[in-house]
Amino acid sequence: MTMIFGVPMAVFMGQLTLGLVNGAFYALLSLGLAVIFGLLKIVNFAHGAQYMLGAFAALLGFRYLGINYWLALILVPLVIGGLGMLLERFLLRRIAHLDHLYGLLLTFGLALIFEGTLVNLFGVSGARYATPEILQGGLNLGFMFLPTYRAWVLVAALAMCLFTWFMIERTRLGAYLRAGTENSQLMQAFGVNVPLLITLTYGFGVGLAAFAGVLAAPLYPVSPTMGSSLLIVVFAVVVIGGMGSILGAILTGLGMGIIEGLTKVYYPEAANTVIFLVMILVLMLRPAGLFGKEA
Amino acid sequence: MMNSTINSAPATAPTANHSAREMIRVKDLHAFYGESHILHGVSFDVKQGELVTLLGRNGAGRSTTLKAMMNMVGRRTGSIVISGQQTLSMKPHHIPRLGIGYCPEERGIFASLDVHENLLLPPTVSSGGMSLDDIYTMFPNLFERRRSQGTRLSGGEQQMLAMARILRTGARILLLDEITEGLAPVIVQKLGEVLVQLKARGMTIVLVEQNFRFAAPLADRHFVMDHGQIVEEITASELPARREHLNTMLGV
Repeated sequence: MTMIFGVPMAVFMGQLTLGLVNGAFYALLSLGLAVIFGLLKIVNFAHGAQYMLGAFAALLGFRYLGINYWLALILVPLVIGGLGMLLERFLLRRIAHLDHLYGLLLTFGLALIFEGTLVNLFGVSGARYATPEILQGGLNLGFMFLPTYRAWVLVAALAMCLFTWFMIERTRLGAYLRAGTENSQLMQAFGVNVPLLITLTYGFGVGLAAFAGVLAAPLYPVSPTMGSSLLIVVFAVVVIGGMGSILGAILTGLGMGIIEGLTKVYYPEAANTVIFLVMILVLMLRPAGLFGKEA
Repeated sequence: MMNSTINSAPATAPTANHSAREMIRVKDLHAFYGESHILHGVSFDVKQGELVTLLGRNGAGRSTTLKAMMNMVGRRTGSIVISGQQTLSMKPHHIPRLGIGYCPEERGIFASLDVHENLLLPPTVSSGGMSLDDIYTMFPNLFERRRSQGTRLSGGEQQMLAMARILRTGARILLLDEITEGLAPVIVQKLGEVLVQLKARGMTIVLVEQNFRFAAPLADRHFVMDHGQIVEEITASELPARREHLNTMLGV
């Protein structure tokens, strides 16, 4: 059997794939966090809960309304993103003139409310969401066995990341977003409806989290706490990548997933801490993050 | 319309167009940043096609007057009528749509956008703006550097860009804050030529200026500010006789 640094090829590739899939979730979630932070200057502590709501909406939509996976992949981000817009419009906007720490506290409180409510209704054990039939099974690549659903997650997450990159870097609305991130007051003076831009941006970031949640539903147990543990890692990823660039957030997410996966192969004890070690290292050497701009 | 008598005479000679349509009338304007009271009853007016300056020392309230007109300061009282519309209770993003272009003192070029994107950024506020071709003809440097990051340009080029991007929007009223600050004489001269061309196109311009020698030959009227008030109005024809007096007041 082919060995890579003393590890069977199949094990190595398997962990690499797992790492890449985790990395795809890190990328999707850190992208949304970075976009929201850029314009609103708020660290969205509800991001994990919104990812969880995405998974739950897919689960409940299937159970009670018969909405299938593919429809959920489109509808759920729109619905949860719309919910995000309402939160921005009626809660976050009211405290926008205060210190941004209040926004952090408010979103943290919202996350607790979402999680608490669902724990009360469904308990913490989590439910299974069936993998759509066409994505069940796996592909034998010769050197490894690749579960089809994981391959699909990777493709879908990367496509969504690229779509986001295109929207922000190559469209007029994206130029508004980038410029508003730098100087929103001047954008108002040009006649841009910045409050509306803020609402749409928050909704988009939340929609990305919900999209990730739907992708995750067949992969992990759907439980009210599935977002909070993930969010801590995603914050570390954002710190490592820095706030400056969209592509940076995507690459850092994938990179950290791979590093985590490979650590599981070679030194499993450190797998849960390696991202935080990288974060400490980056903070020491490049405080603005790998792709961030020095303030 | 508040003032329906529109003067058909060409607005070439300074001060000859006193009965022209009023574009801006600011009356008893007070402005506050938090607790500090910055403007103390500013009143002035600008007619269509006129170029007026706001002169004064640093901290006299000139930039704040422009910002207050754009609803960019904290609280305001008084009256600001632009193109016949009271703007005091208008949302900030609705004010530019009256046909106003604002060029901030710090120029406000966006680092995350290239020159071309910076130029295309401000939404059109009315029809009849300059075309991209016209703009690149007026500012050939910008065309050569259109793919550069906005903030990689020299100070002079950034100022050209900050001017150019509001000309594309169709704005007919320009509020320009310290556009010559810190620029080389040759650039300042070029900006002077641009202002003459814009005036010939019938633009109404309010110029906040430190460089009085730059502003003097361009302007129809000068408003001198001190301690958040307009303390004096000097027309272009009165200027030669009052130059000494003005120099003392501005401390130059």
